[in-house]
Amino acid sequence: MFADYSSTELLSIFAMQGFAGLSLFSVFVLMAMGLAIIFGQMGVINMAHGEFMILGAYTTYLTSQFFQTYMPGFFAGYFFVAMVLAFLISGALGAFVEWAMVRHLYRRPLDTLLATWGLSLIMQQAYRSIFGAREVGVNLPDWMMGAFQVTDLVELPVNGLFVMIIALSIALAVYLLMFRSGWGRKVRAVVQNRPMAEAVGINTAGVDRATFALGCGIAGVAGSAFTMIGSTGPSSGQAYIVDTFLVVVFGGAQSLIGTIVSAFSISQAQSTMEFFLSGSMAKVLTLLTVVIILMLRPEGLMALKIRR
Amino acid sequence: MKQRNHRTPGRARRLLAGLAALPALVALASPAFAAGPPTAEVNTTDLAVTDDTVKVGILHSITGTMAISEIGSVQAEKLAIKQINESGGVLGRQIEFVQEDGASDWPTFAEKTRKLLRQDKVAAIFGCWTSASRKAVLPVMEQFNGMLYYPTFYEGLEQSPNVIYTGQEATQQILAGIDWAVKEKGAKTFYLLGSDYIWPRTSNKIARKHIEKKGLKVVGEEYYPLGHTQFNSVINKIKLRKPDVIFASVVGGSNVAFYKQMKAAGVDFTDESPLLLTISVTEDEIRGIGGENVNGIYASMKYFQSLDNANNKEFVAAFKDAYGDDMVIGDVTQAAYLGPWLWKMAVEKAGSFDIDKIREASPGIEFKKAPEGYVRIHENHHLWSKTRIGRAQSNGQYEVVYETKELMEPDPFPEGYQ
Repeated sequence: MFADYSSTELLSIFAMQGFAGLSLFSVFVLMAMGLAIIFGQMGVINMAHGEFMILGAYTTYLTSQFFQTYMPGFFAGYFFVAMVLAFLISGALGAFVEWAMVRHLYRRPLDTLLATWGLSLIMQQAYRSIFGAREVGVNLPDWMMGAFQVTDLVELPVNGLFVMIIALSIALAVYLLMFRSGWGRKVRAVVQNRPMAEAVGINTAGVDRATFALGCGIAGVAGSAFTMIGSTGPSSGQAYIVDTFLVVVFGGAQSLIGTIVSAFSISQAQSTMEFFLSGSMAKVLTLLTVVIILMLRPEGLMALKIRR
Repeated sequence: MKQRNHRTPGRARRLLAGLAALPALVALASPAFAAGPPTAEVNTTDLAVTDDTVKVGILHSITGTMAISEIGSVQAEKLAIKQINESGGVLGRQIEFVQEDGASDWPTFAEKTRKLLRQDKVAAIFGCWTSASRKAVLPVMEQFNGMLYYPTFYEGLEQSPNVIYTGQEATQQILAGIDWAVKEKGAKTFYLLGSDYIWPRTSNKIARKHIEKKGLKVVGEEYYPLGHTQFNSVINKIKLRKPDVIFASVVGGSNVAFYKQMKAAGVDFTDESPLLLTISVTEDEIRGIGGENVNGIYASMKYFQSLDNANNKEFVAAFKDAYGDDMVIGDVTQAAYLGPWLWKMAVEKAGSFDIDKIREASPGIEFKKAPEGYVRIHENHHLWSKTRIGRAQSNGQYEVVYETKELMEPDPFPEGYQ
């Protein structure tokens, strides 16, 4: 396979392939972060996670339309506004959903699965009624298209770099929030022992709502970022949900670090195998490996060691 | 008084005479009104045909993942039905349609077909989009002897007495496309890339065979799961193998991801190195992908919205008039538009709505007003049609750069694929 190529060519291909793996990693981190917070910290299986992402994508679409029509001069920067809006809108809807639906089901974790799945169907059909069944094309400012020429042969896609930066910033922000802030301490206290947390005066209902909203808001930002690399349609969210759960469950549901480690190992395995095997085979092998590891370690890669 | 008495019976007589003449008048007027032969003659199999109406079915997904693709077909079929009605209907009968939603779910398609055929007793069904839905519907169509007009380009390897295939089967699209790339662009090496299901796999099998028969080389063949959104690895692989042509049959949301990532990886399709030839991206798909991301790719299909002929201009104008100026029309939408017209011609040629007579009458039917130019139904229920190569522009339209001289013969069972 490599016989016909010079060593510089090979080197540059491997460099780009490494980059491909890293950008898949950032995509996984972005997808999984919101879910990990909700699933890991609250034990709620949010089947509508993909739809919250697409809400962010549609917000981005609307923002781009708005800027194009009313403020074409600022079009280059609209994406940042769109991401903030995506966070706020998805987060607000998340808070509403928690209040209206999820909080009544905390004692019945399996029912949240059904309820949020129903929610995902409702959201999909709502998108279809509002935006039409066809995918919408999100226009990107010119600076986000094209590639970064590193050497003659090595080209790095700008949007890949951008997704990577967003993923890292969000991971960092979540880390600071969860492990370095008072609010994060409350969240962790509620996760570890709800009655005791309540007993020391933590408003657990408020913590729950904020956590759910935060998870949904991050999903919205992820969806906004994915307009650069994927499609925006009523059912596009479905494409992400399986991979998202895979990453979260494999990492160990209650560990955010585990989510990152798992996103890294799955993305590297998959992109390396995609390069040497065919696409479908790579996916099959990745899933098989994950299944086997989960059989040996049912609690995932990083299990939280706490007393129940 | 006398006079009045005299007059009254006179009036009554005239009235009576008038009443007596009425049936004769009705008898005279009704053929002029319905302009069709009596129902008993044209409908011997208990279909939903009355003296002035005939019922047909439209069966597509208007909810679920496939709605994206199928809505254009629904619009085209309704437009054709409306136009046929305005021009006098079929055998003097106005077409009424019953629309059912297949909901992107194949068993639902089968169930709705059963309902349309058994309960509504429709005279024809225009519908289905994916091969999976067609395969689900097929046994029902054959059991209750219905007639389906199927619009999508598809993998072939099928020929049912109860289906007329108005889209192209695989060889029509592929052979012409590859011949063009070899002859006009001097292509020597090909990279085959598709989504992982029956249509891309069969298409690539046909493509590979044709390429290797010419003594040229396939340097890669690859499939990705439906809905796959990460193509960076395959893009690197393509860069490594340096094919002359990427032959792509990626579908659905994956398409958007693939073209956006190609563009982001610094591939400019207008350079044509490699040249990208697709059989799956119509104007409809470009709306979701974004014109700037596909600028310069080539597509091999039978219809493009930009086709320059009088029929097509009329069709595009009527379509936009009905559904709005921002509508785009892709290959399948046009093929769906052919369905009701081909059915009408078959019914009129047969002089009957009976399915068996339509089946017999169908081969040889010519539709000269087709937006794509001209089509004729082959013995094997597929259409003779020309294949065109279009070059995508950033405004989301294709510019037609080549068209086969002759009509391509449909060959649903190419040698060596059974």
